[in-house]
Amino acid sequence: MTNYDAIIVGAGHNGLTNAAFLAKAGLDVLVLEKNSYVGGATASLELHSDWKYSNCSYVCSLFRPEIYQALDLGRHGLEVVPLQGSVTFKQNGDYLGSYHQPSVRRREIARHSKRDADAAIRFDADLMKWCRLIRGFLLRTPPDPASFKVRDAMEFAYLLKRFYSLSESQIYEFIRFFTMSIAEYLEQYFESDVILAHFSGGSIIGTGLGVYSPGTAYVLLHHAMGDVDGNVGSWGFARGGMGSVSAAIASSFQAHGGVIRTDAEVKKIVVKGRRAVGVMLANGEQINAKAVVSNLDAKRTFLSLMDSADLPADLVTRAKNFKIRGSSGKVNIALDGMPDFPAIPKGSPLTLGHMHFTDTLERLERAYDDWKDDRWSHDPYVDMVIPTQYDPTMAPPGKHMMSVFVQYCPVEVEGGWTNGKRDAFGAAVINQIGDYSPNFKDLILHAEIRTPRELEAEVGLTEGNIFQGELTLDQLMFNRPFPGYAQYRGPVKNMYMCSSSNHPGGGVMGAPGANSAREILLDLGRADTTPEDFSDD
Amino acid sequence: MSAFDVNENVSPINFKEVLQPSPFQSRIDEYGIVQEWMSWNGYKTARVFDTLASEYFAIRSTCGVMDLTPMEKYRISGPDALTYLNRLVTRDITLLKPNRVTYVIWCNDEGKVLDDGTVFHLQNGDYRLCSQHHQLDWLLLSSLGFDVTIEKETHDVAALAVQGPTSCAALMEAGLVDIDRLKPFDIGYMTLNGMELMISRTGFTGDLGYEVWTHPDRALDLWDLIFSVKEQGLFDIRPTGLGALDMVRIEAGFIMPGDDFNTAETAVRADRVRSPYELGLGWLVDLEKPYFTGKQALIAENTEPAKQRLVRLVVEGNKPPMDAFLYDQKGGSRIGTIKSCVWSPILKTNVALADIEFQKGSAPIEIWAEIYYQKELEWRATWARCNISKKPFWAHPRSSITPPQKF
Amino acid sequence: MTKPVSVVLVGGGHNGLICATYLAKSGYDVQILEARESVGGGASSIKFGGDYTVSGLAHILYGLNTKVCKDLGLDISALKSSEPLNTISLQLDGNHITLGLEAVLGEMISSKDQQAYRTFKREFRGYAEALEPLMMNTPPRLKDMDRKDKFTLAKLGWSLRFGLGAKSMREFLRVGGINIYDVLNEVFDNSALKGAVSFDAVLGQHMGPRTPNTVLTYLQRLWGECQDTQMIPKGGMGKISEILEKAAIDAGVKIRTGVKVKKICVAHGHSDGVVLESGEHVEASIVVSNADAKTTLLDLVGAPQLDAMFCNRVNSIRQNGDVAKLHFALNDLPNFKGLSPQELQHRLIVAPDMRYVEHAFNHSKYGEFSQHPVLEIIIPTIGDSASAPEGHHIMSVSASFAPYDLKGGWSDSRRAFLNRVIETIDQYAPNFSSSIVTSDLLTPLDIEEQYNIAGGHWHHGELSIDQSFMMRPVHGSAQYQTPIKGLYLCGAATHPGGGITGMPGHNAAQRILSSGDLG
Repeated sequence: MTNYDAIIVGAGHNGLTNAAFLAKAGLDVLVLEKNSYVGGATASLELHSDWKYSNCSYVCSLFRPEIYQALDLGRHGLEVVPLQGSVTFKQNGDYLGSYHQPSVRRREIARHSKRDADAAIRFDADLMKWCRLIRGFLLRTPPDPASFKVRDAMEFAYLLKRFYSLSESQIYEFIRFFTMSIAEYLEQYFESDVILAHFSGGSIIGTGLGVYSPGTAYVLLHHAMGDVDGNVGSWGFARGGMGSVSAAIASSFQAHGGVIRTDAEVKKIVVKGRRAVGVMLANGEQINAKAVVSNLDAKRTFLSLMDSADLPADLVTRAKNFKIRGSSGKVNIALDGMPDFPAIPKGSPLTLGHMHFTDTLERLERAYDDWKDDRWSHDPYVDMVIPTQYDPTMAPPGKHMMSVFVQYCPVEVEGGWTNGKRDAFGAAVINQIGDYSPNFKDLILHAEIRTPRELEAEVGLTEGNIFQGELTLDQLMFNRPFPGYAQYRGPVKNMYMCSSSNHPGGGVMGAPGANSAREILLDLGRADTTPEDFSDD
Repeated sequence: MSAFDVNENVSPINFKEVLQPSPFQSRIDEYGIVQEWMSWNGYKTARVFDTLASEYFAIRSTCGVMDLTPMEKYRISGPDALTYLNRLVTRDITLLKPNRVTYVIWCNDEGKVLDDGTVFHLQNGDYRLCSQHHQLDWLLLSSLGFDVTIEKETHDVAALAVQGPTSCAALMEAGLVDIDRLKPFDIGYMTLNGMELMISRTGFTGDLGYEVWTHPDRALDLWDLIFSVKEQGLFDIRPTGLGALDMVRIEAGFIMPGDDFNTAETAVRADRVRSPYELGLGWLVDLEKPYFTGKQALIAENTEPAKQRLVRLVVEGNKPPMDAFLYDQKGGSRIGTIKSCVWSPILKTNVALADIEFQKGSAPIEIWAEIYYQKELEWRATWARCNISKKPFWAHPRSSITPPQKF
Repeated sequence: MTKPVSVVLVGGGHNGLICATYLAKSGYDVQILEARESVGGGASSIKFGGDYTVSGLAHILYGLNTKVCKDLGLDISALKSSEPLNTISLQLDGNHITLGLEAVLGEMISSKDQQAYRTFKREFRGYAEALEPLMMNTPPRLKDMDRKDKFTLAKLGWSLRFGLGAKSMREFLRVGGINIYDVLNEVFDNSALKGAVSFDAVLGQHMGPRTPNTVLTYLQRLWGECQDTQMIPKGGMGKISEILEKAAIDAGVKIRTGVKVKKICVAHGHSDGVVLESGEHVEASIVVSNADAKTTLLDLVGAPQLDAMFCNRVNSIRQNGDVAKLHFALNDLPNFKGLSPQELQHRLIVAPDMRYVEHAFNHSKYGEFSQHPVLEIIIPTIGDSASAPEGHHIMSVSASFAPYDLKGGWSDSRRAFLNRVIETIDQYAPNFSSSIVTSDLLTPLDIEEQYNIAGGHWHHGELSIDQSFMMRPVHGSAQYQTPIKGLYLCGAATHPGGGITGMPGHNAAQRILSSGDLG
């Protein structure tokens, strides 16, 4: 039997981040992963010979630059290349492009609506206000509103101070932004259908909400507040696919003396006398540690990794009620060449970024109605990228890898998912793209179709939810994952959580892992190795 | 899915054309020696054509010509055009007679300045508003409840600013007779060689000058007409770029929204916005006129002593106070920053616009700039005393005399 | 020119009457100007089809505030039936469920669900009650607070933390911002029970059970329940208004009906009276408007007197109604499967499960009316036979969803929608359609026209978080005081919103009295 200072269950990017900061503080740290590869949903897999698939997460922007710097990820092989632009194709053969050059971008918006081109200035400035406010909360532990501890009170005071940096009307506008639907929020700025649809797409990604659901405006922020080299809202590709992110964190972790064991599935967190003492592997091996950290989502952590006998009864209820409905699918495609998109001008940079095919709010909302009734969207919203236009390492020369994120795809369909239904879902997605690219279907060499069922089975995301828990007001900030448990500490001593089920939530951000490490180090009386937020003032 | 029927009126933009050409572009390209471009509202605009000094002195001692097309222009018409404009801006527009121009600012609900510009009263009920920044969104937001039509006409009107002591004489030589009768802020019309021209005695240089407006199809003809005077060897006329304009406008004490203060629509941090009073533009605010956006906030602000002001500073010495911090004494407490500054070739001194803190409504007794400057890759720091200039740094009587002198 | 009064109140809806009475009781000279022929607004009784009397718009009294009743000496007990008002959720198989304030009954409801219902109602009523400091006061501003604002916030904080306790407070903060769908799935097993409860969360709103925010609307509903004044008033809602009118007149309020206000006059940023359609000018020290915010600020005051962005905020208030009102005159009592005639005195609803309600809502998002509408049905003549000729009955129905902005307009679709409602009721009461003598349909468009509510929304605006509390109707005008000095709002457009509660009128009056504007 071996002893460690800390064991992290699950080598997702947050688990690795957490482990790396603990190891950096001089602890003996072991990461256990059930799959044969690390990264969880942040992986590059060779599913078709000579192709690397970022088969879950596929773009990178939320990853905190503070963590990137603190873990020296550049030297550990990570390279994030900014994407250029995005496009929404219209059903009438036109399109809305978003170019890298501000003047060109502006003129393109003006082509659809002169007014919207000017409104975009107001929109950008307002969004940046909210971004600034929220970004300051990402690398902090949420205070408990029901607590009387000095630390919680001070943290509240800090949040209030940030909040009061806004003017009075901005305070109300911020509350409105937090509680409005993206459609209604955007309608305060824009008039053009395609612009409304283009800007609202990011608000439904990964959620069980539609563009008209209150609360979606905030999700837009969740996708807009990331940055690549200070350009807030822009996205980047990790060279070599998303697996490079986890590989770099793992490398940094190992450089600090950390140990990773793959193919080592944890069966149980062992609790003795209301204290976590270690873990039991599927093969029966027990490993002890002073701290056990779960990188699994809250549902898995409390309903399968732990015995309900070890837990307070209300926590088990909370875990059962934790909302983690998957709503997204993924189609990863190996292409024999670059598909044509006749709508956009030859040589246009628009294929270099995100591509979308839903040009009205109504189509987006109807896609959501399908999901509510446990059907996959027949006219799905897709977020499609072809990273091999930048990245020579992911496909052979002249060939391409296409990553298609699909909203919506339900956890369960009537009669249950079958492989046939999964393929029919894939066909709906491929047809959606094929409507705008005549040679696309002929170029397909291989396609991997993933519904929430596959995401759960392979990656371990319960119900296939990409955020490890829905991003609604009842599961944000001090409510994430559950009220009273939002400070990364589990219900038994020495047990911690570091997954995206915790504040600030999903996305390849690293923040839950880092925040959790800060709390563990505090409890163990070690120096804090986690970074502070880069101030924007 | 419907058939692919692209609206032919809306052809895709040329994404390779990062900066949009102006109707004068072929002449601008031809006259541009250094080919140094910058973006003005997305238009390809020369920063300098030849040298900054020659262009500056063209404006101050002979005649400089600048393409004004990129300036944002809006046509405001309809039965409520006047009441609409009067609710928009802080000045009383009912006092603006036809064929007259006035300088205006407008604020958001909180009384913070959104932009500045000029209102041209073209004829009864028909106005043109020119602004520094894109304002269509705000103009349309403001139109709720008014029977008014607002059309952006930036690209539909070509304009040249003709500025400098010989501008009147040169334009008259070009055939624009009678413009000597125009008083400052007057508008005149004429048809010349089939060209419909509008001439206003306006400008952004603080000197004698005119702005000549026409249809973009005749833009090149207008350019050639004006430059024919130079071809004939009568007057020196030079195209001038944004660099020289920035020098003369600081000398004249004109502020530039976006450079000297953050416009309210683009400011992200709540303390970065400025009211007219804080910009020294209180004289443009008429609290006695009917309601205008921001009035209530400005009435409230006007009762409080000013906390900060944008002021004109004359900076002693010859070191450029670019981006300098300002202090209440050498090594004292920081009280502000320089926003714009220039070495004035005529005054032989540094002049600047600076944002400084006021105590109980008064300016600090002393103002010192800590200036970092570089000589042969070595950085030095020095202190320079600054004095507030109540008047524009430079103002010449010739700019307001009617009829103007010949030079 | 008439003699100046202290207060002119535009609109004699119930909130206007209550606000006026409070002001008059404090000794001020108050005049109400009402455009319709009688006061009461949405709480009126109307005659239709000759001899039938029915509540014109609101038909159930849900939560007339007890403090208001006490302060103004309103006695409404005579209008109340001896039996408490229950809700019966109709099921096609006749296994209806009966929801009371505390208990739920029904053959299909397990004892676990019955217990869960009791706990749920107690817990949620606790949340609603904890909001009392906020509900009965002017919503505090969040910056530059005055002493009263700070006091209100402190009371609210105290009430949440110590009134509810740490556990319930956490739970309240968790569920407060989300949808009723997820909450009900956590709490109950029976889908019919969930459907019935979700109905109360979406009634009157442009929301489905899955719309986040529906917990808040449900709490607002429960706040009404806490008042213990639920009833289907005998003689219709007009009777309530008659009591309010009498209280107002007794307090010295002057009421003029049939006079429509055309303009609120503003001089130097101060409102000093109104001009009527007739051209008559009524001078006053202050003006209080019971009309919705759009009508008051954009039509009666006008954009030229206000800041530009403020006008746009007012203009984008979501206040398009999504509920139609139907009245049926019947020559026979409808025979609802599984219900005794005595049970028909309760509130009947058609909301068999949450999916049904959500599907009904789906249509309205796209400007279509519900193919299978959600209904609230009452038959007031069971307890009040005087409202219809001998042997005849009246049925009053609120039908969701019927969007104001119907694609293609309402004129061509009225019949179709009416038929959808009739067919739906026929499924539960097969003799219904054959007993109809006459019917009357009010779409939100008709409500707008007949009741002078822009958009025809019951609550003068969606009760969504972004339009609630210190943002109701919009920030910059959320403390009953508009940007125009001496002009106040007192209607459902203001905090805490619609329903026949009297709270906006009460809060507005308190605010006016403490403002010093009346000297």
